[in-house]
Amino acid sequence: MAETESNSSVAKTAAKLVVLAVAMFAFAVYVMPPLYYVFCDILGIDPRGSLVAVDENSEMEVDTSRTIRITFMATNNERMPWEFRPNDAVIEVHPGEVAYTSYFAKNTTDKHMVSRTVPSFVPSSSAEHFKKVQCFCFESQPLAPGESADMGLQFYVDPNLPKSITNITASYTIFDITEVANEQKMTQR
Amino acid sequence: MAHGPAKGISRWLFTTNHKDIGTMYMWFSFAMFLLGGAFAMVIRAELFQPGMQLVEPEFFNQMTTMHGLVMVFGAIMPAFVGLANWMIPLMIGAPDMALPRMNNWSFWILPFAFLMLASTFFMEGGAPNFGWTFYAPLSTTYAPPSVTFFIFAVHIMGASSIMGSINIIATVLNMRAPGMTLMKMPLFVWTWLITAFLLVAVMPVLAGAVTMMLMDIHFGTSFFDAAGGGDPVLFQHVFWFFGHPEVYIIILPGFGVVSQVIPAFSRKPLFGYSSMVYATASIAFLSFIVWAHHMFTVGMPLAGELYFMYATMLIAVPTGVKVFNWITTMWRGSMTFETPMLFAIAFVILFTMGGFTGLMLGIAPSDIQYHDSYFVVAHFHYTMVAGAIFSLTAGIYYWLPKWTGKMYNETLGKTQFWIAFIGFNLTFFPQHFVGLAGMQRRVPDYALQFADFNMLSSIGAFMFGMSQLMLLFNVINTILAGKRAEKDKVWDGAEGLEWTVPSPAPYHTFSTPPQVK
Ligand code: HEM
Ligand SMILES: [Cu+2]
Repeated sequence: MAETESNSSVAKTAAKLVVLAVAMFAFAVYVMPPLYYVFCDILGIDPRGSLVAVDENSEMEVDTSRTIRITFMATNNERMPWEFRPNDAVIEVHPGEVAYTSYFAKNTTDKHMVSRTVPSFVPSSSAEHFKKVQCFCFESQPLAPGESADMGLQFYVDPNLPKSITNITASYTIFDITEVANEQKMTQR
Repeated sequence: MAHGPAKGISRWLFTTNHKDIGTMYMWFSFAMFLLGGAFAMVIRAELFQPGMQLVEPEFFNQMTTMHGLVMVFGAIMPAFVGLANWMIPLMIGAPDMALPRMNNWSFWILPFAFLMLASTFFMEGGAPNFGWTFYAPLSTTYAPPSVTFFIFAVHIMGASSIMGSINIIATVLNMRAPGMTLMKMPLFVWTWLITAFLLVAVMPVLAGAVTMMLMDIHFGTSFFDAAGGGDPVLFQHVFWFFGHPEVYIIILPGFGVVSQVIPAFSRKPLFGYSSMVYATASIAFLSFIVWAHHMFTVGMPLAGELYFMYATMLIAVPTGVKVFNWITTMWRGSMTFETPMLFAIAFVILFTMGGFTGLMLGIAPSDIQYHDSYFVVAHFHYTMVAGAIFSLTAGIYYWLPKWTGKMYNETLGKTQFWIAFIGFNLTFFPQHFVGLAGMQRRVPDYALQFADFNMLSSIGAFMFGMSQLMLLFNVINTILAGKRAEKDKVWDGAEGLEWTVPSPAPYHTFSTPPQVK
């Protein structure tokens, strides 16, 4: 009698613990990644800044008292053979003024390839103030063998940019995502 | 009806007896300890002198990685599970573990996990070389192909630990003898109960981390890959959310062992029993909210640095409570210094030093200097070797007469202690200084000015390694040729149900539960 009683309570304890273990696994895979980006967002530390387009704000006042010097850089991730460089190395803008520039990319291989570019800003606190109206970093860029493209970037610097910042370095790293892109196409079909 | 063990190999393959399974865990973990120790010897031999001496840098990386993995997951954790299997039923007056068949499984999948892990040495590209913390993208984009086997090995180890922990919790909560209330349980049982909860909570997170790696490597996801919109820093958060509780998983059962041994040889009850229980519980809770102290240099915002710094400092409070309780237990006790006690006292002293260096590392602005230097290596070896390994050794000498019915050789035990103690400090004490002076960890070569201290470290490491062979010899010698342990209560100051059963403990104990007053 006592035996079966304790058997069923053992089973109950074990069942609860199995649920806990499964829940923690799900927490790690499904909750922690999105939560991480939520925190990055709240704390404003995503070095890429936002990867969604902002609307051009026509009511925004242009602060002509300040000039921000923006240096554009291009980096090829390891094993990415494309030619990749900014068309303007430096641009000077007033906060609130919408500016346009572009990056040049050329597929130097004889294969059809897909790329993706990820930005990063220094100082990192400038990332959230670098507003992208339109950016090639929002999308992947396919190029045929030998094909080249000018990839556009329309942006402005938010007038709330801390006064201490006068220089921003915008660094774009280009990655080869051909394999991933092909796989995704397969699953979408 | 009561019967003895089955004959031959099937006794071990099919056993559901907690003592058999405990024994297998102990032997398995000792084998892994020797394997991981061999890797350490390669590391110290390479670092004996500056310049490239013996092995290729690539192989050196495999050595540091496998040393860490084997010691943490193969030696320390299974050894404590072995102690739990042997001692928890004896300490709470239960006839066996609550889920004996699952117990058999949780042991027998372990050798396969480590066989798989060890087999990576023979694969193309070699064994894992990305450090025991396997940060992405080192462990994903740049990993050798064997990483997939590493991932599955971690999955199996995780499953084993989770099953073992469920078993321990179910046993402690449901199988205690009448009268054995929670607050009467020996501290070893308490610390294991709390450890088991930690394990059930965080081993799945580790499994999640390696699963995301697996998906990134083989299924085109980008959890940790910046190219696809992921972030390698996310990996570090997931890993350390597991990793910091893991270091307490490693040390809490050691706290338990020491809390049994010190009162026995001080001939006084443990000072502040209930504060010990609460301190253990608070350490376990705090261990969930301090993980990013391993990541002070990744570029956290100031608020994060401050929060994780202060939260980390907080752990020193319950840890201090424990240390004071152990010292107060010894205070004015009629102490004797048998081998288990020597290891326990050394544990208190050396672990406290490890705690202090931990506090230094917990100070965010200074950690930026210390991070990834030998200072960190010294810190975690003071906590894990002088903490976990010394307490395990104390436990082995303390309970060996109960397991085997024979006394170990005391002179040999004490000799081993002194060689281990001196060897350990010779190895790791100088590492504080070379670390502060700027020697990085995980590099096979170093600047000339670190040469003398590194040579001392290596000599100490060889001494320490030798002392472990003496432990092995002493245990085997006890089993084969030890003097009979005269009494059931081997140590006259020892308390607890385990000392009420004969020595050696019969195959079946407490078939009728004892009455606890
Ligand atoms: C008062 C208690 C403790 C504090 C405040 C503390 C603090 C820290 C900090 C801040 C680090 C990160 C150092 C760095 O990488 O720059 C660290 C590393 C580490 N600690 Fe502790 N620690 C404590 C106790 C322990 C214990 C009890 C253990 C294990 C039994 C442990 C094991 C480790 C390990 C393994 C690492 C290095 C992980 C790695 O990067 O490989 N610590 N500790
Ligand atoms: Cu930690």
